[in-house]
Amino acid sequence: MATPQSTVEGAAPRVPLFYDPRVRGIAYQVLVFAGLVALIYWIIGNTSANLQRANIASGFDFLQGRAGFDIGDSLVEYSSDSTYGRALFVGFLNTLRVAIIGILTATIIGFIIGIGRLSKNWLINRICLVYVEVFRNIPPLLVIFFWYFGVLSVLPSPRESIDLPLGSYLNSRGLYFPRFLWGEGAWLVLLGLVLGLVFAFFVRRWAHKRQMTTGEQFPVFWTSAGLIVGLPLLAFIVTGLPLSFEFPALSTFNLQGGIQVRPEFLALYLALSFYTAAFIAEIVRAGVLGVSHGQSEAAQALGLRSGQSMRLVIIPQALRIIIPPLTSQYLNLTKNSSLAVAIGYPDLVATGGTTLNQTGQAIEVVAIWLVVYLGLSLGTAALMNWYNARMALVER
Amino acid sequence: MQEHDLSFVRAEMVANQAPPVSDHGPVSWLRKNLFANFTDTIFTIFGIALIVMIVPPLIQWAFIDAQWNGSDRSVCATVVQGGVRPEGWSGACWAFVDAKFQQFMFGRYPMDERWRVYLTGFLFVGLLVPLLVPSVPRKGLNAILLFVVFPIIGFFLLTGGAFGLRPVPTPLWGGLLVTLVLAYVGIAVSFPLGILLALGRRSQMPVVKLVCVVFIETIRGVPLITILFMASVMLPLFLPPGTTFDKLLRALVGVALFASAYMAEVIRGGLQAIPKGQYEGADALGLSFWKKMNLIVLPQAIKLVIPGIVNTFIGLFKDTSLVYIIGMFDLLGAVRQNFADANWASPQTPITGLVFAGFVFWLFCFGMSRYSIFMERRLDTGHKR
Repeated sequence: MATPQSTVEGAAPRVPLFYDPRVRGIAYQVLVFAGLVALIYWIIGNTSANLQRANIASGFDFLQGRAGFDIGDSLVEYSSDSTYGRALFVGFLNTLRVAIIGILTATIIGFIIGIGRLSKNWLINRICLVYVEVFRNIPPLLVIFFWYFGVLSVLPSPRESIDLPLGSYLNSRGLYFPRFLWGEGAWLVLLGLVLGLVFAFFVRRWAHKRQMTTGEQFPVFWTSAGLIVGLPLLAFIVTGLPLSFEFPALSTFNLQGGIQVRPEFLALYLALSFYTAAFIAEIVRAGVLGVSHGQSEAAQALGLRSGQSMRLVIIPQALRIIIPPLTSQYLNLTKNSSLAVAIGYPDLVATGGTTLNQTGQAIEVVAIWLVVYLGLSLGTAALMNWYNARMALVER
Repeated sequence: MQEHDLSFVRAEMVANQAPPVSDHGPVSWLRKNLFANFTDTIFTIFGIALIVMIVPPLIQWAFIDAQWNGSDRSVCATVVQGGVRPEGWSGACWAFVDAKFQQFMFGRYPMDERWRVYLTGFLFVGLLVPLLVPSVPRKGLNAILLFVVFPIIGFFLLTGGAFGLRPVPTPLWGGLLVTLVLAYVGIAVSFPLGILLALGRRSQMPVVKLVCVVFIETIRGVPLITILFMASVMLPLFLPPGTTFDKLLRALVGVALFASAYMAEVIRGGLQAIPKGQYEGADALGLSFWKKMNLIVLPQAIKLVIPGIVNTFIGLFKDTSLVYIIGMFDLLGAVRQNFADANWASPQTPITGLVFAGFVFWLFCFGMSRYSIFMERRLDTGHKR
C-alpha cells in the first residue's frame, strides 16, 4: 500500500542544481581555478613587460657569468673570477656548514638545559628557566647582533690576542686554531677508525643476539670504546706519530698560519645555537614529562637503577614525543641561518643577494633560494620521518 | 572488695606539636631543594658559582659603573679611546639610549607631528586593554572597533595627507613605531587568513585543497628573508609597469603572508582535534558550512590552540626585526643604525643599545606569553584531553 507522499524508489528528491552540494563544489573549484589562472596570466604578462622594459633576459645563463665579488669564507676554491653559479654553491656550502654545526651544538645545550629544567634542585631549575625565558623572547637577529657587535668586535686587536689553551688565540678577527698536518701513513689511522667502527657495530649485534638467547651480558660499551679509540691509536703509534701542528703566529699586523674561524661565522653559530637551544630545552622537558609516571615506577619495580631506567625506559619513550618538534626546530635553525646576511657571513642568501643586485635576475635567484630551502626542508623532514617511523610505537 | 581499674582513658587531647624542624621551615626547604644528596649539593655549588660569575659583574656593568647621562661619546669612552673614563672601564652607556630614545621610538617621524603617533598609541591601548580584560562587556563591538575602525583612523593619522594633516611618507617612520605597525597588521591579517587557509586545507574540494597546501608548505619551507626579498624585489615586477609600491607595504605583505601560513597549521591542529560528532551534530541541526564553522567548530578549535596561536604571534613579533635586512629601520634597525653615529661610537655603545632593544622585545613577548597562560587557564572548561 503506497501512500501518496512516498517517492518512487531510486529517484532522488528534486533539488535545484544550485543547492546540490556536489554541483556547488565543482562550481566553486572551477571559479577558484579560473581565478588562479587569470591571476598567473596577469602576473606573467606584467613581469615580462617589466623585464623587457628593464632589459633583463630571463633564464639561468647568468650563472655562467663572472661573479666579480670576493667571498671571505669558502670551503671550496673560489675567487672573484669564478662564476655566479660557483658563488651560489659556496654560499650553499656555508649555509650547510653553519646549520650542521649549529644543530649539533644546539642539541647538546638544549638537552642539558631541558634536563636541568626537570631537576629537583631548585637553583638549577631556576637558572635553566631564566635561560629559556630570556632566549625565547628576543629575536634571533638581536642575538646575532649581540655576539657580533657586542662581544666579538670589541675583542682586542690581533697584536693583543687573548691566549687560549692548546695554542689557540682569540681576537677581533676571529678564533685561531693550530692546523693539523698529517704526515705519511696517516691514512692508516683513518682506516683504523673505520675498522674500529665496523667491529664495534658487529660486536654490538653479536652481544645483543647472545643476550637474547642466553641472557648473558657483554660489556659492549667498553669493548666498542676500546675498538674505536684503540685501533686508530695503534695505527698512529705503529706508523710513527705522523702528525705535526702549524701554530698560528703573530706577524706584523695579523696572525699567520693555523686555521682561522671568522667572527661572522662565530657570531652566527653561537647565536643560532644559544637561541635554538632554548626551544629544544622546552621540547625535551615536555617529552620527558610526557612519559607517564607508571613507566618510571615500573622500571624501579624491576630493579633498574636510575641511570638504567632513564636510558632503557624513559628516554626511548620520550624520544617518540621529542623527535617531531625537534625536527621542526632543526629546520628553523637552518632557515634562521639566512640571517647571516645581516652581518655579512656569505651564506646562500647573502651571495644570492649580491648576485641579485649585480645582475638584476630577481626571479631566478629567488627561485634558486626557494628550491634549495624547500629541498633542505623536505629532505630533513623525510629523514626525520624515517627515524620517527623506526622509533614509533608499534601497535598490533 | 574494691576493684582497681588500672586502665587509663584520656579525657583531654594533647595539644598539637609543631612538626619537626627537619620537615618544615627554611632549613628543611634547603635540604629538600638544594642539598638533598651528594650530587645535588655539587649541582647547587655549581649553580651558585655560575650566579656569582654572572650576576655581580652584570649588575656592576648595568648599574654601578654605568654612565646615565651625557651629550656625546666622551663620557662612555676611556682616555685612550678619546674619552674621560679611566683605562679598563666597562659600563653600560645608558647616555646613548637616553640621547637616541626618540629615534628608537619614532625613527625620523617629524617632531611636531609626533602627537599623531601618541594619539594612535593611546587609541590602540584604549581599545586593546578592554578587549584583553575578560570582565569588560561588549567584546564584539570592541573587536570591531579595534580591528576595523582603528586601522582606518590609524592609517589616516599616521600617514596624513587628508583632513588637513601633513603627509608623512613611510620612509620617515622608524623605531618601535614600525615594529608595532608591522606586528599589529601582521596579527590582524594573519589570523583570519590563517583560518581560511586551514579550512581550505581540510576542504573536500581537491583544487582548493591543493592551492592551500602548496601555499602553506612553500612558505613554511623557506626563511622569512626570502619572502621579504620576494616581496621587495618581485612584487614590483608582478604589477603593471609604472605601479609604485610603498616599501613598508611590501614588508607588511611579506610578514602577513608568512605568518598566515604558520597560523594555518596551528589552527588546522585545532580543527583536527575536534571530534567528528561536533561536525555531524552541526550538520544534523541543518547549519550551513559557515554557520557550522562560526558557531560550533571554530570556537572550540581556537580555544584548544591558544598557546600555539600566541606562539605564532610572538614569533611574528620577533620576526618583524628582519625588515632591517631589506632596508627598513624598526626598533632593532634603528639601534643598529646608530652604532655608526660618530658622535656616539664607543666600545660600549653597541652592547648597550642591543641590551635596551632586547629588553623592549622581551617585555612585549614575555607579556604575550603570560597573557596566553592566563587565558588558557580561564578558558579551560575541563574538556581538554
